[in-house]
Amino acid sequence: MTATLAPPREPGSPASASSRRLAERVFRVREFGIVAVLIVFVAITAAIQPRFLSITNIQFVLVDATIFALLALGETIVVISRNVDLSVGSVLGISAFLTAQLASQAHGLPLPLVFLAGLGIGLGFGAINGLLVSLGRVPSLVVTLATLYIIRGLDVLIVGGSQVVPSSYYPSFLTISKATVGGIPDLAIVVAVVIAAGAYCLRSFRSGRELYAIGSNPDAARLAGIPMGRRIFTAFALSGAIAGVAGVLWASRYGTVDSTAGASYELQVIAAVVVGGVAIFGGSGSVVGAAIGALLLQTINSALYVLGVSPDWDQAIAGFLLLVAIVLDRFISLRLTVSLRRRSARRGQ
Amino acid sequence: MDSDLNAMAGNAAMTPEHIAGEEPGPSPGASGGWGRLRPAMRWESGLVVVVIVIAIMGSALSPEFLTANNFFNLGLNTGEIAIMALPMALIIICGEIDLSVESTLGMSSALLGVLWADHWPMLAIFAVVAVVGVLAGAVNGLLVTRVGLPSLAVTIGTLALYRGIALILLGPRTVANFPAFYTNAGTTAIPHTDLPWSIGIFIVLAVIFAIVLHTTPFGRSIYAMGDNAEAATFAGLRVKRVKTSLFVISGLASALAGVLYTFRLNTAVQDNGTGLSLDVVAIVLLAGVSIFGGKGSIGGVFLAVLAFAGLQNALLLTNFNQEATGLVTGGLLLISVFVPNAAMFVRYLRQAARRATRRPPSEPALSLPRKDT
Repeated sequence: MTATLAPPREPGSPASASSRRLAERVFRVREFGIVAVLIVFVAITAAIQPRFLSITNIQFVLVDATIFALLALGETIVVISRNVDLSVGSVLGISAFLTAQLASQAHGLPLPLVFLAGLGIGLGFGAINGLLVSLGRVPSLVVTLATLYIIRGLDVLIVGGSQVVPSSYYPSFLTISKATVGGIPDLAIVVAVVIAAGAYCLRSFRSGRELYAIGSNPDAARLAGIPMGRRIFTAFALSGAIAGVAGVLWASRYGTVDSTAGASYELQVIAAVVVGGVAIFGGSGSVVGAAIGALLLQTINSALYVLGVSPDWDQAIAGFLLLVAIVLDRFISLRLTVSLRRRSARRGQ
Repeated sequence: MDSDLNAMAGNAAMTPEHIAGEEPGPSPGASGGWGRLRPAMRWESGLVVVVIVIAIMGSALSPEFLTANNFFNLGLNTGEIAIMALPMALIIICGEIDLSVESTLGMSSALLGVLWADHWPMLAIFAVVAVVGVLAGAVNGLLVTRVGLPSLAVTIGTLALYRGIALILLGPRTVANFPAFYTNAGTTAIPHTDLPWSIGIFIVLAVIFAIVLHTTPFGRSIYAMGDNAEAATFAGLRVKRVKTSLFVISGLASALAGVLYTFRLNTAVQDNGTGLSLDVVAIVLLAGVSIFGGKGSIGGVFLAVLAFAGLQNALLLTNFNQEATGLVTGGLLLISVFVPNAAMFVRYLRQAARRATRRPPSEPALSLPRKDT
């Protein structure tokens, strides 16, 4: 459901050439704007400081961005259905600690089992969110705000003042985030595939389309016979499961895990989703956009660091960009509405 | 037997039209003795019970709980959150939300620190901080009302932006040498009372907010636009202007909270107040303010502040891991949204049962309570 920007065509003008149509189509894609910003940003940074495009730096940015993009994927599924999941940071935190502990105490454990544990923890919390929202019929903002507190509280109770340190892991756990294929981190490849699969499901599967329908107009969706409870439950369960897996990656990437891991990460994830062109009130946007949004925010962080700008500027710039993104999006959709109206008026004649 | 549940559903926070929207036919009116119970079923009454239960449990857990000294400490840790909860209640009643309050607090704290370190006179600093608070609120308000953006997205943006400005202003510095005259106000009680200054300010503000919200046309218009912004516009209410002014008030209150916070801790650091926004929202929702707008009262906010402070304090006295108090806050928040919905659910089951006895069972279940999220 990529919203398109249709430039008003002059009435009576001949059909444009196919190449022009292709260019038009590219420009119509909503994600184009953010990709352009990303390219311009990378180009300017690289021009000032070529080190930015060094292999190691790119690898670092990619690995950080993949964890971020993964969370954005889960959040997008929820946001598209006109809900929001504020608990992702807490789920990530508790999953990161528990799996890190698993990885540091059970050395013989095969890695897939550690991931499965993270997935299970996340799925459990996601299912609770989903049940509360879909069966309890209470707004997701309130439910997930509550579970944000509760899960973080559980985390603190379990962790206490302790922390897991990198030296205690078995070595292969730490290398998850460092392995590369042809210079590209394994993690980035896997996550890219997951995001592509997610995008395909949302775009082409019946259940995926139904999420957009629910987000666009819940009343109409219900009258159309869409099983709303089940769909929304699934969205939250998926978001939780993804946050659980992201927790494993977080532990592997940062090594040291205490009870504050992932705290207040949820708002950053929502920021990435919104920057990526997903409407906060549901019904439009794409997983790919959200992932690029996450990549953009991560790139900005890294670029400022490389450029020697004090990290104190990160937040202000990220916040400013988010505001610019939503203002631009608003104007684009306004223009879209106007041009659609004009077109339908012409057809009506 | 139905009207008691109606009363709960009608008066309590989350339920109302949004969820019960497609209720077919007239709902059974208040009849018999249950009608008289209606006022007793109000959300605020439930909160009073909660506060009393917390007080009893707290005093049972520790003899310290019901002492003046403890009340002072309890108020000290809650004052700033309580002050920010008042405008937040108004904003949520009118159907918006402001997540940026903690960053406005942080920004004004940083500004206070920087200007004091630059040897500005304190009164001039107060003026600048107030102006910046107003501006911060105005940016939120104008983006929401004039550009037409969802307040959730806008204030997540300014949450990062204002915190970012605090980081830029202060950097890794810590400013701590504030004059004793002001820092004493942050840590001592108002003379002849056991109330910290911030709670005193909160009480005065709460009275003003209650009068404005519950008795003036301005206050009533907030409910009207929270219930139905479009209808409010057609009724001639200045929806945009009122909403903008509420965001400005929120900015100003957060700036005030920032000053109090800084003096209480006698430090201005870049992460002052991080994470408070969600506490403030939690208090307001606990107060029975509907997240969909149109419902809530300042009395509720006052009681919710008491419940929140009492609970945190009781946990503190029992040596419960202080960081884990979120467990209880979150639980309370969940209960606060589920109680009215449980009532709805029971009512729905009863109606379904009654329909089943009256009509043939082929009747489609179109009257399922609607969910609006």
